[in-house]
This record gives sequence, C-alpha cells and structure tokens, in this order.
Amino acid sequence: MATFQFDFVGPERTLYSGQVEAVQLPGTEGEMTVLPGHAPVLTSLKVGVIVVTERQNSGKRILVRGGFADIGPTGVTVIAERAAPIEEVTPASIDRDIEAAELQRDATEDLQKREDLNAQITQLQETKATLNF
Amino acid sequence: MASLKDLRNRITSVKATQKITKAMQMVAAAKLRRAQNAAESARPYAEKMASVLGNLAGNLVGGVGAPKLLSGTGQDRTHLLVVCTADRGLCGAFNSSIARLARDHANRLMAEGKTVKIFTVGKKGHDILRRQFRPQIIEAMDIRGNKPVDYEFAAEIAEKILARFDAGEFDVATLFYSEFRSVISQIPTAQKLIPAELPEGAASTTGAPADSALEFEPSEEAILATLLPRNLTVQVFRALLENAASEQGSRMGAMDSATRNAGEMIKKQTLIYNRTRQAMITKELIEIISGAEAL
Repeated sequence: MATFQFDFVGPERTLYSGQVEAVQLPGTEGEMTVLPGHAPVLTSLKVGVIVVTERQNSGKRILVRGGFADIGPTGVTVIAERAAPIEEVTPASIDRDIEAAELQRDATEDLQKREDLNAQITQLQETKATLNF
Repeated sequence: MASLKDLRNRITSVKATQKITKAMQMVAAAKLRRAQNAAESARPYAEKMASVLGNLAGNLVGGVGAPKLLSGTGQDRTHLLVVCTADRGLCGAFNSSIARLARDHANRLMAEGKTVKIFTVGKKGHDILRRQFRPQIIEAMDIRGNKPVDYEFAAEIAEKILARFDAGEFDVATLFYSEFRSVISQIPTAQKLIPAELPEGAASTTGAPADSALEFEPSEEAILATLLPRNLTVQVFRALLENAASEQGSRMGAMDSATRNAGEMIKKQTLIYNRTRQAMITKELIEIISGAEAL
C-alpha cells in the first residue's frame, strides 16, 4: 500500500519521522484519518490520541495535547506543543494533568480561559476513557 | 623588591588560577556540545512553524482582519526591548555586547522621542542595563539554575510579553540575543517580535502546490490567532537556545586565553624568581668573601 511522510515535531525535539500508511488525527472539528494523496488542509488539534499506521496491523499511538496538523498530498506534519508516546502515559500521569488543569481553572478569573481549561479537562477525561485505563 | 617568599606565593596563586580557568574551559566545552545538540534538535519545529505560518499569513498581511500580533498596532510610539543575556559572567564580551546593542538601540529610540521599556532575561543583562535605564526596566527575570533551557521557560517569557501587549503597554517588541555562528564567533542580534516578521513563501514540506487553496479547520483566522502566540514562544525559545550555545562558546574562548595568559605570567614570574634567587646568592657570596678579605 502507498505510504506518505509523517513528521511529528515537538519544540525540543522531533518525536516521530517516517513513512506511514495512515494517520488518525484528533482534529478540533472531529477525528479524521489521513491517507496518501489527501487534499491540503491545515487543522488545529485537540487533546487526544494520534494513531499512526506504519504497516497493516503495526503502528504507534501518541498522546497529543493540542497543536496543528499541516496535511498535504505527500506528507503530514504535526506541530505539537506537548506530547508523549503512549508507553509513557499512565492513568496517574493523566490524573495529574487533569488536576493541574483544574487548579489552573480555579485560579483564573478570565471566563474565556476557564472555558478553554474546562474543555481541556473533558478532553483529557475522554482520552483516559478511550485508552481503557 | 619583593622577597623570595612573596614571589613563590605569587607563582603558586597564579598556578591555582590557571587550573581553575583550565577546568572552566573544559566544562564550557562539554556544555557547549550539549547546548548545540539542543539547538539542533529544536530546529525542525521552528522551521515547520515558520513554513506553516509563512503560507498562512501570506494572504492575510495587510488585510483588515489580520491579527494585531502580525500587523502591529498601527503606530510605533512605545517600544519594548526584550534583552536576553546569561546569569553568569566570566564569558568574555558575551553579556556586554548584547547589552551594548540593546543600549544603542534604546538610546536611538529615545533620541527619536519614543518611549522605551525594557524586559531583561538573565541576571547580567539586568545588572548592566540597570545603571542607565533603571526607570525603563519594567520586568527582570533570571535564568534559574544551571539546567538546560526548556520550552516551559520560553513559554513563561512569551506569556508575560503577550500579557503586556494585550494590555496595550507597547507597540513594537524587539528581542536581543546572541546568535551562535561558531565557537569563536557569536553575533549580537536584534529581532522584531511584534509585529511578527515572517519568512516569505517558505516551501511547503507536505507536497501541496504553493498556490493551492488550503482548507482550514476551524478557520483561517482562528488558526492564525493560536499560531501567532505560539510562534512568539518559539522565537524566544530559539533565542534562549542560541544564547546558551553562544554563552558557552564565548566562555570557552575567554577561559582559553585566560589559561594562556596565566601560563605566560607563570613563566615571567619564575624568571624573576630565579634571577632574584641568584642575585641573593651572589650578594651573600660577595659578603662572605669581602668579610674574609678584611681579616
């Protein structure tokens, strides 16, 4: 099957780079799966899991917390601010993140920010559920 | 004239100093390698960010809906200078050359009758600029501890800059840091942060033709609005990384020449020591001989 270049870059280092068959992205407007030859799209990402399919039945999952995906016919680039390979994620670490977000929410007076953080908390909880912890 | 003991003491102390400078040079060399690696691995992110932003902003610049971070506030009355230096000294002209660039810039702006505000990052820059610009310094941050630069710290700085921008405290922001060219060459640089300077028409890495109509989710404006603050953080982060490498490179050079100078000093002092010793022996001999002759 045809493949395309997938790059996943974090601010401090490149986290993934290679040829893949498909990538499933948690876009803000909904989950989407990208196959080779996709029309150019620029989308922002919410908190969620990126599923990378390198070959049939073989791939990788990456937890991403917001960012952007630049999608084109021959490649996809994800620009993430914070991310971790699924192996490094534990229920405890997600709980810690939820708690941190809640603390931040309770500390801020800004309504817009509160709403953003609320959304983030829900997304984190959803992620936790999808990962079957 | 100094006694033999004084000379001996002086030589020992110079030798001790030489050992310290030698050690500092080697530590700086090791840290430099680490700083360079960090700068290297952060590059793809900055490049991708720039190319996405370049494509995105190309059709928006000058438009009515362009965000303020991109187009500016429309005036340039108040300038914010973000001066990034190190926390520590003993690294040659590193800190002072960044501070000098910032000072010249500030003086020129003030001569033009503009308001200048200064935000220092790093203890040394604050120490230097405080002498002349105490009332202008509105914020000062230290690079805490010895740990390598991390993204969180850059995000913190960017957040402070943004908060002040949103509050309308300044119109133009310029970042001062030292660009790392090589171990012997670091160039103090000024870079416009706000309004953002974007690379023109960067090539897309995803194979999309440059003039193709991109689709945006949720919308072009929304993406740009979140991308621009993040771009600011990336710029600050890059500056901090460049600074870290430059600082170590500069320190390496400074400590190398200090070690050499100490070596020269030891040679000179040893020569004086030997001459003095010989002169004293000769003097004593003369005294003995003339004493014997007088008998």
